[in-house]
Amino acid sequence: MKTNFDFDQVPETGWCPGCGNFAILKGLKEALDELNINPKNLVISAGIGQAAKISQYVNSNCFNGLHGRALPVATGIKASNPDLIVVGEGGDGDMYGEGGNHFIHAIRRNIDIVNIVHNNMVYGLTLGQASPTSRREFKTPLQVHGVASEPFNPIAVAISLGASFVARAFSGDMKQMKEILKKAVNNKGYSLVDIFHPCVSFNKINNFKWFKDNTYYLDENHDNTDRMEALKKAFETDRFPLGVIYTNGKNKTFEENLIAYKNDKRPLYKREVDQKKIEKLLASN
Amino acid sequence: MKNDISIVLSGEAGQGIRTVELLLMRTLKNSGYNVFSTTELMSRVRGGNNTTEIRVSNKRIEAFIDRIDILIVLSKNAIYRIENRLSKDTIIIGQDSFIEEIYKNDQYRIMDVAISSLAKEVGNLIYSNVITYGILTGIFDIDINLIKEYIINQFSTKGKEITDNNIIAVIKGYEKGKELKLGIQVETDDKIKNQVLLSGTESIGIGALAGGCNFITAYPMSPSTGVIQFLATHSEEYGVVVEQAEDEISAINMIQGAWYAGARAMTTTSGGGFALMEEGISNAAIAEVPIVIHLAQRPGPSTGLPTKTEQADLNLALYAGHGEFPRIIFAPGNFTDGIYLTQKAFNLADKFQVPVIILTDQFYIDSFQSINSIDFTDFKVEHYITRTDKDYERYKITKDGISPRGIPMYGDGFVRFDSHEHDEEGFITEDPDMRTKIVDKRFRKLESYSKDSIDAEIIGSKNYKTLIVGWGSTYGVIKEVIEKLDDNNLAFAYFKQVYPLPNNTEEILSKAKKLVIIENNATSQFGQLIKRCTGMEFQMQILKYNGMPFSLEEIIEKLKGLK
Repeated sequence: MKTNFDFDQVPETGWCPGCGNFAILKGLKEALDELNINPKNLVISAGIGQAAKISQYVNSNCFNGLHGRALPVATGIKASNPDLIVVGEGGDGDMYGEGGNHFIHAIRRNIDIVNIVHNNMVYGLTLGQASPTSRREFKTPLQVHGVASEPFNPIAVAISLGASFVARAFSGDMKQMKEILKKAVNNKGYSLVDIFHPCVSFNKINNFKWFKDNTYYLDENHDNTDRMEALKKAFETDRFPLGVIYTNGKNKTFEENLIAYKNDKRPLYKREVDQKKIEKLLASN
Repeated sequence: MKNDISIVLSGEAGQGIRTVELLLMRTLKNSGYNVFSTTELMSRVRGGNNTTEIRVSNKRIEAFIDRIDILIVLSKNAIYRIENRLSKDTIIIGQDSFIEEIYKNDQYRIMDVAISSLAKEVGNLIYSNVITYGILTGIFDIDINLIKEYIINQFSTKGKEITDNNIIAVIKGYEKGKELKLGIQVETDDKIKNQVLLSGTESIGIGALAGGCNFITAYPMSPSTGVIQFLATHSEEYGVVVEQAEDEISAINMIQGAWYAGARAMTTTSGGGFALMEEGISNAAIAEVPIVIHLAQRPGPSTGLPTKTEQADLNLALYAGHGEFPRIIFAPGNFTDGIYLTQKAFNLADKFQVPVIILTDQFYIDSFQSINSIDFTDFKVEHYITRTDKDYERYKITKDGISPRGIPMYGDGFVRFDSHEHDEEGFITEDPDMRTKIVDKRFRKLESYSKDSIDAEIIGSKNYKTLIVGWGSTYGVIKEVIEKLDDNNLAFAYFKQVYPLPNNTEEILSKAKKLVIIENNATSQFGQLIKRCTGMEFQMQILKYNGMPFSLEEIIEKLKGLK
């Protein structure tokens, strides 16, 4: 199915055949299309990595910036024009490793963006080193004796910081992944969608079958507004829960709190400067 | 004492010296005196020893001098750090118990004024600073009604009792000050009353507002933080998005997102923070995002001397970021230029889509001076945003290298910024020919900059044989040296644009027989830049890197070596 987010000519991608990123790209374009989002109103702010290349393959606005820095850029964009729909996207190394500090503070700010993290538990672009979410004992050309550190738990971190929306999806289930992405886009406030997907070249352990066997969907009995309940789910690692794990609609968004929009709702680019007023400010000294 | 008085307040951090400084500066300025003040701090919130120098003159002064005419001692241990600046003519005013025994001899003129006892009489030691203000205004014989008015303005929000007590305190100090009969005579000039008094920090903040700045984010770092705090104070009235970033890396990337979406954004930092921003500056270069960075220098390397001054980050600004790309660097030396250049920085960043860096330092930022009012109708916020059409190409190769910059939601096209080398549309490319074309395009942008370029200013004799070169905050002191020496062979070239070198650089330098460079650093970074770009060498270097600004006396002394 061709969406409004497809190019006339399909761009050549930098991904390996069978890469989970293809499914995420398809799911994202379709989810946005089904929500009737105008591509002109969307910006994808991406970092660097195999996952972040997605910004090159969506026919829309993009800022393909530095490794780890997609969220500060996304924050600057949303705060300057709150009418834009802003997606901050990248891989597990990009968002949780290089950009870890920004991940924490983007959640705290509750900026109204969708933070999509392609989580394959390995570094692809740099050819196979451990990522912050790699499981213990995972062997790589660099972690030759196996990963010794505790895996980063983005879901638990996001919930503990009071994130507005925390979900996990699996690229192997297009239908559910799209539904989760749509809910994230519709949520007002910071939304994390951590998407498990296989890396066919560098992660032979956490492959398609492994993700299938080691995940399950939360059912309707899960109260995703209960923070402690959600946190319990976040710590389940024998089988990882999928779906919307936590929502918190209570907090105002970053943009709503900005004093710059108190008296003027227009985006910053539409505003003019009254030099006489500044002259008076100086004269009052 | 006549026409050029230097007062130094010396005490501990947390004693309210800044309050005395601000009140006194305002009072004296509004009474028609030329004033200048500068503060030298230890990196302490409480205790230690801080000094503030206030100069009062019949002429315009913008420099630090060693000489102390009146020293106000506000705590113990307040003299030893400035002992070598005292002379037999220095009047030391302070409480007997604060003045160490070794100074109580006929070398010094000590006047025992029991400031603490007077404060206790009013009810609390806290009144010491207002009493000090009273003493100094008494010395200058300012109209007491004016002084009461300032006190009411300063304290009215704190309630009647506190205001009344402060009035009692100021009168006590004022009477003491008059009793001292110091016989100070400084000519006043009514025109000065119409001037505006501001700090270096405020000059950058006001310049930013005039440049249309509506977005600032920064991680706090002395001495740069005042700029974001200034804009925060005025954020509601001027509609400025203000956010404290989690780190400098976030700040430099956030302002790029802001410019991308149509804001006019800046960040403010010091050397260590700027170093963290380098990758981001490089990103702004390739993605062609306009950015404005205020870099308030302090001595490094690393933590260095966090509260002192230095001009040692020119090279950092000049070479920051991996890869090769054009940039513009300004270094204002006075507050009029601070406002003007900061305002201009936003227009130039927008026009040329390059990083614009404003270099100041602790001495500049923490000083106060009055300037003539500025006609802001001269300032225009120039917008260079293009409405995009369906076939919009972000990095279109143009003759002057400047590709029209679109923003999302303004027009029919998509706006695609990329940190990879890219083609005209903004898609990743590894094509060698396209790479060469795009690199050339980026460098062409500043070829047309010479029309906007700001010349170095010549101060002093037009027929100079010796030319002193300085940049940024050494402006005030070198200018005063030139005025003092009044030598027909001597002039000062003040560079407020340090990169690219101004158009008139070679012309003014080649006219001189001897070239002298004065810099607040150890390696003459600007001298080396001039040498690299013009081949011209300096016969004399006057360098200082102990954390203090140059004083008038030391430059005059060093210049004697020239003959």
